[in-house]
Amino acid sequence: MAALTREETEALIQEVLEIYPEQAKKDRAKHLAINDQSLEKSNKCITSNRKSLPGVMTIRGCAYAGSKGVVWGPIKDMIHISHGPVGCGQYSRAGRRNYYVGTTGVNTFGTMNFTSDFTEKDIVFGGDKKLAKIITEIEALFPLHKGISIQSECPIGLIGDDIEAVAKKGNKEIGKPVVPVRCEGFRGVSQSLGHHIANDAIRDWVLENRDGDDSFPTTPYDVAVIGDYNIGGDAWASRTLLEEMGLRVVAQWSGDGTIAEIEKTPKVKLNLIHCYRSMNYIARHMEEKYKIPWIEYNFFGPTKIAESLRRIASHFDETIQAGAERVIARYESEYQAVIDKYKPRLEGKRVMLYIGGLRPRHVIGAYEDLGMEVVGTGYEFGHNDDYDRTIKEMGNATLLYDDVTGYEFEEFVKKVQPDLVGSGVKEKYIFQKMGVPFRQMHSWDYSGPYHGYDGFAIFARDMDMTINNPCWKQVKAPWKTDANSEAVKVAA
Amino acid sequence: MAKLRQCAIYGKGGIGKSTTTQNLVSALAELGNKVMIVGCDPKADSTRLILHAKAQTTIMSLAAEAGSVEDLELEDVLKVGYAGIKCVESGGPEPGVGCAGRGVITAINFLEEEGAYDDELDFVFYDVLGDVVCGGFAMPIRENKAQEIYIVCSGEMMAMYAANNIAKGIVKYANSGSVRLAGLICNSRETAREDELISALAAKIGTTMIHFVPRDNVVQRAEIRRMTVIEYEPQAKQADEYRQLAIKIRDNKNFIIPTPITMDELEELMMEFGILEQEDESIIGKTAATEATA
Repeated sequence: MAALTREETEALIQEVLEIYPEQAKKDRAKHLAINDQSLEKSNKCITSNRKSLPGVMTIRGCAYAGSKGVVWGPIKDMIHISHGPVGCGQYSRAGRRNYYVGTTGVNTFGTMNFTSDFTEKDIVFGGDKKLAKIITEIEALFPLHKGISIQSECPIGLIGDDIEAVAKKGNKEIGKPVVPVRCEGFRGVSQSLGHHIANDAIRDWVLENRDGDDSFPTTPYDVAVIGDYNIGGDAWASRTLLEEMGLRVVAQWSGDGTIAEIEKTPKVKLNLIHCYRSMNYIARHMEEKYKIPWIEYNFFGPTKIAESLRRIASHFDETIQAGAERVIARYESEYQAVIDKYKPRLEGKRVMLYIGGLRPRHVIGAYEDLGMEVVGTGYEFGHNDDYDRTIKEMGNATLLYDDVTGYEFEEFVKKVQPDLVGSGVKEKYIFQKMGVPFRQMHSWDYSGPYHGYDGFAIFARDMDMTINNPCWKQVKAPWKTDANSEAVKVAA
Repeated sequence: MAKLRQCAIYGKGGIGKSTTTQNLVSALAELGNKVMIVGCDPKADSTRLILHAKAQTTIMSLAAEAGSVEDLELEDVLKVGYAGIKCVESGGPEPGVGCAGRGVITAINFLEEEGAYDDELDFVFYDVLGDVVCGGFAMPIRENKAQEIYIVCSGEMMAMYAANNIAKGIVKYANSGSVRLAGLICNSRETAREDELISALAAKIGTTMIHFVPRDNVVQRAEIRRMTVIEYEPQAKQADEYRQLAIKIRDNKNFIIPTPITMDELEELMMEFGILEQEDESIIGKTAATEATA
């Protein structure tokens, strides 16, 4: 199926909107757009970061998910207390596959669930005493932990517990950072506010801890990797490239990261931002307070990797610039072999994405390296600065959908008929049952890493084994003839 | 046997709700009625005059000790005091922590599930915290709970404001359920023309001043002994006042959806009775210092 024209895409959006009542139609229309590369600002075409409509199936998360699940959770040597009833902590436990090195339960705690397990009496009488007790118990049971964060669930904000006071007292008692995070789920319109709140908590409770302490020896080549959560090992596959070009990675935020790394970050020369959406706040703060410049980079696919390595190197001297060229040259035969192997199998395949954070735009280059085209993309919780960065990456007349509803996404896929859909676990089985090849692009469908040159090889293999999997030929019921299904296709 | 009547007592904090309720309930019991008091205030002082106790052990504190309310039995929380009056206190946190509203909800649900409202009872009285600050304190007037609401007030300005505000709250629940305003109880503070004023206010809201309870030191004397007047000095004139109130409430049929008045109307009414002076626009926002130099 050929690419849609601008008019066809417009007609498609109108057709999908048709089912909504007037008010909802008006609202949703603002979140659906046809990409136009000539635009500089996305606010000319799309609205984002607004409250989801009641009654639709939205794919968003909550502020607690943004703080505990994304920003704080991966800091491996801290214990993150899910403060409130048991469910939030249990259902967000270990789901994002933030890999880390360490002995779980001894000096690292990433996949464990610590919760204050609120019951009725904690709601009525308040949970501050219980929280203080938990801090004492953690110190006794897990003495090698390096700090505690308190991740507030909804009730904490409703009953007005003073977790800040408990945190300060706990900090004095155990002599380690205790950080209260006001990420109650009901705050904001999506997980995005949770990222912001989490960033602010790091700013207010952690970042200044080593101000005025020069005992950490620095080098002119110190950088921090910000917004890489090491999903399936992503940050490791990225770090090795940076180190090979001569940089010293002082901190990983926050995949496989430690609180010590976070405390040392104000000493670096340059902050490298991968997930802009979830951590731009802290980068901006460090720029303002510590005069540390920051740049965004993209380690998906060889084209973007080379661009990014060169852009990062441009902030350093010739040694590093030469180092960047050396790295690109060193891996060339490797990634070329990947392209040679998979491009013939994937050339011309069309992809629709709907993900969060940085991926709706960052993975486009990797698909293009394999000869594929992304024909539709959207963000769960993006803001307009995300769409600004997306317009140039997407082809003209492709679809942009913000906070897409379950209904809209299904209809778009039915009409556009892509060869692959990349989205979350809630979408996965719907599209697979529709016979559409699908990759779960939040945790790389239990695969990865996808970052760096090493990750690209895995990415290419995964896309190939999904799209070209023989199972898709078997999903049609044997009694349904080809003639029938062709007719259905044409009608659709 | 007559149908169980559930009544809730609201009113500004400190107006005398708990004292009035306990004296009234004692009078009803004296008349042979089976009555229960449910204290819906974390202070837990709604039953002390009936039980001669400092403060009854509450449902929520017992639940916290036991682990959860599911671990409690009715007899753990229900105490019987003067004239067979059954007493329970919902309880709740100390001021400034937790969620007292949730405590009320939990406690009332527990009483219902445990069958505290048995067939023997004629009356249940909910004595509710002064301000209906959240949904929890509206629990007693939700569906299938109290159907009659009595507001305790006095001729003081803030007490009348509060009464009118409570009437507004009742409208919300009256329109969706069967709760009705049953009258104002004037607990006298001996302000000028107090009975006329409260009668006028009651008329405007669409109800009546069901009884005017005069001020009498015997109430305080009885309270020091953690007793109601009815029990402490049954022949006192004040005891008869409470008996009259009890009879009027027993025979009350005047249950209405209130018509709360606007702030302007309320102020007008107060001006009429000389509580509020004619508004002087020129003094608004002026400090004492400015006025002195003017």
